[in-house]
Amino acid sequence: MLTLTCPCCGITADETELHPGGEAHLKRVGPGSSAEAFETYLFARSNPKGVHFERWRHAYGCGKWFLAARCTATLEVFGTYLAQNAAPPPEILAAIRARRPDWTPTAIAPRDPEPAERPNE
Amino acid sequence: MAEALARITEISGLGMIQIRAVLSETGPDIAQALGIPIPERTGTSLAGARRLCWMSPDELLLVLPRDQVAPALAALAASLAGRHALVLDVSDMRVGFLVQGPSAGQVLAKLTPANLSAMPQDGMLRSRAAQVACAIWRQDEGFAIIGFRSVADYLRALLVNAASAGTSLDPR
Ligand SMILES: [Zn+2]
Repeated sequence: MLTLTCPCCGITADETELHPGGEAHLKRVGPGSSAEAFETYLFARSNPKGVHFERWRHAYGCGKWFLAARCTATLEVFGTYLAQNAAPPPEILAAIRARRPDWTPTAIAPRDPEPAERPNE
Repeated sequence: MAEALARITEISGLGMIQIRAVLSETGPDIAQALGIPIPERTGTSLAGARRLCWMSPDELLLVLPRDQVAPALAALAASLAGRHALVLDVSDMRVGFLVQGPSAGQVLAKLTPANLSAMPQDGMLRSRAAQVACAIWRQDEGFAIIGFRSVADYLRALLVNAASAGTSLDPR
């Protein structure tokens, strides 16, 4: 059973009270991007065995989206944090390193497409 | 054993007002207009027959007798005029039930994954009862539970069934 503490309301919610939102920290590519970069943004998702960053919504509670760092193999939760973070905050990274010394944060978004040149900028 | 675990009754004459606002900015005005302090996170605050409930970081629910809805709505609208806020009479949106009796907690424990025993005296818990969203707070000798009116029959049946005689969770 996966339980996550919602950082917006502080309630420790059961998995059945939450709605999964897939991989966190995806960078949107849109107008001006290559077709390959757009395809990657839409469809390519990491599927690690181990540390993973995810979006969750406290659907049966306060209704807010938040982010969680957890291990996909053991369901160990390293921490949850507000969805306004563009990257995992230092305390979350520290919590992960404390439990997974071999883990490197480069694994956060290894498939990040190169920022596309925008003709209008 | 022949007695139901709790008495389930629908709350009649229930009024509710939804308030959406940036509470850090508008909280004092809301509190002044209603004469109720803004509740703590996941808490409620009481003033007479009115209960102000924390729903989410930008949402409050005022639960009050239905005949007090119109004046409260007017007071809120006046105090929040010109601000980025929403005040809405949602009295028909939800149904409320009282779950009363010494074993009321057992009835709800069968239906929700939430840890009711960890809920403070003035707290409110938003969770689910079986398959539908609900919110629960302590009232009198047990609890009050609200859920969407579109699933009122389902919620009533759930509660009555969970309170069936002979289904106590106490060890025999
Ligand atoms: Zn929440």
